Amino acid sequence: MDPEAVLDLARRRADEAEVYVSDSEETPVAFEANRLKLLQTRHIRGMGLRVIKDGRLGFAASTRPGERDALVDMALEVAAFGAEARFHLPPPAAYPAVEAFDPATAAVPLAEMVALGQGLIDGVLAAAPELVCDAGVRRTVQRVRILNSAGTDVSYQRTVFRVGVTGERVRDTDMLWVGDEEVSTRPIRDVSRILQHTLTQLERARENVPMRSGELPVIFTPDGVASALLAPLLVAFSGKIVLQGASPLGESLGAQVYDERLTIVDDPLLPWRPSSRPCDDEGVPSRRNLLVERGVVRTFLYDLQTAGMAGRESTASAQRGFASQPSIGATAVVIEPGEHRFEDLVAGIDEGLVVEHVIGAAQGNVLGGEFGGNVVLGYKVERGRIVGRVKNTVIAGNVHQLFKRLGALGNDARWVGAGLYTPSILFERVSVATSGEGAARG
Amino acid sequence: MRGLIEEALRGQAAEYIDVRVEESELTRITYRGRQLDEVARARGAGGCVRALVRGGWGFVSFNDLESLPRAVALAVEEARVAGREESRLAPVAPHVDVVMPTIGKDPRTVSLAEKKALLDGYVDVIWSTPKIATATLAYTDTYRRVVFASNEGAYIEQSRIDVTLSASVQARDGADVQQASLSLGALNDYRFVETLADELKALAEKAVAFLSAPHVRGGEYTVILNPVLAGVFCHEAFGHLSEADHIYENPRLQEIMKLGTRFGERHLNIVDGAALPGLRGSYAYDDEGTPAQQTDLIREGILVGRLHSRETAARMGERPTGNARALDYRFPPIVRMTNTYIEPGQARLEDMLEGIKEGIYAANWYGGTTTMEQFTFSAGEAYMIRDGRIAELLRPVVLSGNLFTTLRNIDMVGNDLAMNQGGGCGKGGQVPLPVSTGGPHIRIRNVLVGGR
Repeated sequence: MDPEAVLDLARRRADEAEVYVSDSEETPVAFEANRLKLLQTRHIRGMGLRVIKDGRLGFAASTRPGERDALVDMALEVAAFGAEARFHLPPPAAYPAVEAFDPATAAVPLAEMVALGQGLIDGVLAAAPELVCDAGVRRTVQRVRILNSAGTDVSYQRTVFRVGVTGERVRDTDMLWVGDEEVSTRPIRDVSRILQHTLTQLERARENVPMRSGELPVIFTPDGVASALLAPLLVAFSGKIVLQGASPLGESLGAQVYDERLTIVDDPLLPWRPSSRPCDDEGVPSRRNLLVERGVVRTFLYDLQTAGMAGRESTASAQRGFASQPSIGATAVVIEPGEHRFEDLVAGIDEGLVVEHVIGAAQGNVLGGEFGGNVVLGYKVERGRIVGRVKNTVIAGNVHQLFKRLGALGNDARWVGAGLYTPSILFERVSVATSGEGAARG
Repeated sequence: MRGLIEEALRGQAAEYIDVRVEESELTRITYRGRQLDEVARARGAGGCVRALVRGGWGFVSFNDLESLPRAVALAVEEARVAGREESRLAPVAPHVDVVMPTIGKDPRTVSLAEKKALLDGYVDVIWSTPKIATATLAYTDTYRRVVFASNEGAYIEQSRIDVTLSASVQARDGADVQQASLSLGALNDYRFVETLADELKALAEKAVAFLSAPHVRGGEYTVILNPVLAGVFCHEAFGHLSEADHIYENPRLQEIMKLGTRFGERHLNIVDGAALPGLRGSYAYDDEGTPAQQTDLIREGILVGRLHSRETAARMGERPTGNARALDYRFPPIVRMTNTYIEPGQARLEDMLEGIKEGIYAANWYGGTTTMEQFTFSAGEAYMIRDGRIAELLRPVVLSGNLFTTLRNIDMVGNDLAMNQGGGCGKGGQVPLPVSTGGPHIRIRNVLVGGR
């Protein structure tokens, strides 16, 4: 499918038109139960066409090459019933230079990827032969091109390299999962940090210890922040949620809402990060969005349509694949670290909890900022030391309440997946509940 | 097409290769609040190749059919890198077949204007109820035609149309927000979409009714599950443990799922099968070309079977069951359920209620998680049972417990049966795969019930 030809036909039949083309080649290498299982190559190329006709939005997508007329017909058919368009497509602009494509990543041979995964599994099994491991090594090369009837024609490429391992330990009915992953735009050749992180989790979880219910000091590790706190926090910054009146931050722009040590940025311009890009998925030039500055709420995130409805401007926060229309999303969220070593945070706690991974955190009232769920990996702290793993323990609270007063920020910030850079965060009082089975033997 | 595929497979140095080529057409209409959120149409085409060399798999997917020969070569190369042991694949006779679906009302013959007018009416129905805070309504129809071919000589063409409608309504009173939702679907037939006004009205009223309903007092109760909840319970808590790809590499699960183990009383019978016609999980051949079957999982309380692909069947010394399914051309097939249900028994609902002084009648599905033997499910709707009668509506409840204890505690199996067609199962990133689940009313003793 020739994008220019589709745009050409669409602009003649509609008032405005936009073609979004994505072409990605993904090569995952999968190990299951300690063994190499499957090598894959997924080459997906598709096109999404948005049109505005008589003030209404139409959308159609296709992965069929050479179907120009059908695609335009479908988009126009849909536009007759579509939502009212509250924006115009953006003209060409100056786009920031962003480094996110490394040819070396695209060239990593399959054999090297297999060896990396095998190395991780061998490393884990050498230290803990009773574990059953899955591992994944994946490289992706992605090209995006956005053309529209206002003259925009912008494209970029990026590479993503992802390496991860999980280990499962089963002792009778006691199950434990540990693991870590790293994501970069550049080839990852050294897996020692992933290995070390995984083995540290295993060491800390060596035995199960009883926990008690109460309002206790809790440290969320970077993984803990990602699995428990990030989603209910970020959703409050979505311009769409603000517009619907559903964000607890709706009236708080410019107000000191959080602890003054808290600064959060959504940054699509960081060099060599997998979420970096010169423009968003509507062709609006990327910009750094300061969400929270020393506790003050500075920006909500908008795509073009929501910005139009709210009387704001787009913050270049549109995200999509070729098969769907844009929605609002953050790129790389950076929570500024503090000065405390993780060990010192632990040392200052008389009785508390370290939260590494929570499941079911999104089942409550996420829009209201509520978090909560089962701590599937977390450690009890007693008199300044991690003493073992807790089980049958749930945590709950409200992120907006929690971030009003931080206990302390760690200096141990790291990337969790592609989208979050955060330190460990200590809160002095978090609701922890545990059932009697929490006292299970180790 | 056939010539092209056969040409691409010829002379390749792999023990086994298969190819799937598909075309699809999709229409999606969604509403958020009172507003139309999105109308979209899409046409897809794509294919994939899977190759097996010395026990290792290579898999390549693509959009452009001209890429087929290159994709075959790449899949074989990947399989060679992955292969380190002996290949094992249970034999299946290579079928050559064209399967034509029996179509009721084809959604592709209904204009977009007509569909939208119908849904607009439903949105009005939902919003005519006071105290509704927000609602979402989502309709999709998807046509998919898939050609499967293998270097063993199979060549099978199948097509299907999936129609789904889901709705979720939130009612609000001050800071109190309550939610009710439903998820419906049908294979090859649009008609169910046309007659949902009463059901959606009842849904909105239910969300509002939750606002003034009391919380359950937590504790152990005798619980009656309605057919929808019995079916989803059977799929989520038990069915996934029957998928052999989990079992054959997991010694602990092999022990638990040893054939011949007693799981329940003699009245407990659980079946999975795509051969049952006309349901969302129905098909004639799976995505490895194995004919659809009916597989007894539990017969008279005893574990007697499990679900297989050709590879898991060979590895466990059992027979393939036709359960290797792929969401679409982007994915290799993995072991999945199809239509999973508890067979009806003898008991009438009145008999089940009789003698319950204080119990819970739990209906429909909201959500849940399982970790092997532990499960936690939210019912969409629940009532107290008092002195043998269904009494007041409760706020949604959570049921949890140990799967094996719970299966053994099923003490009555109803004489009715209903299948829920709205299911979309997720596994290995392949979601939503069409399935159906069902059962009769079942009664379970000593279920731990909490508030949500």
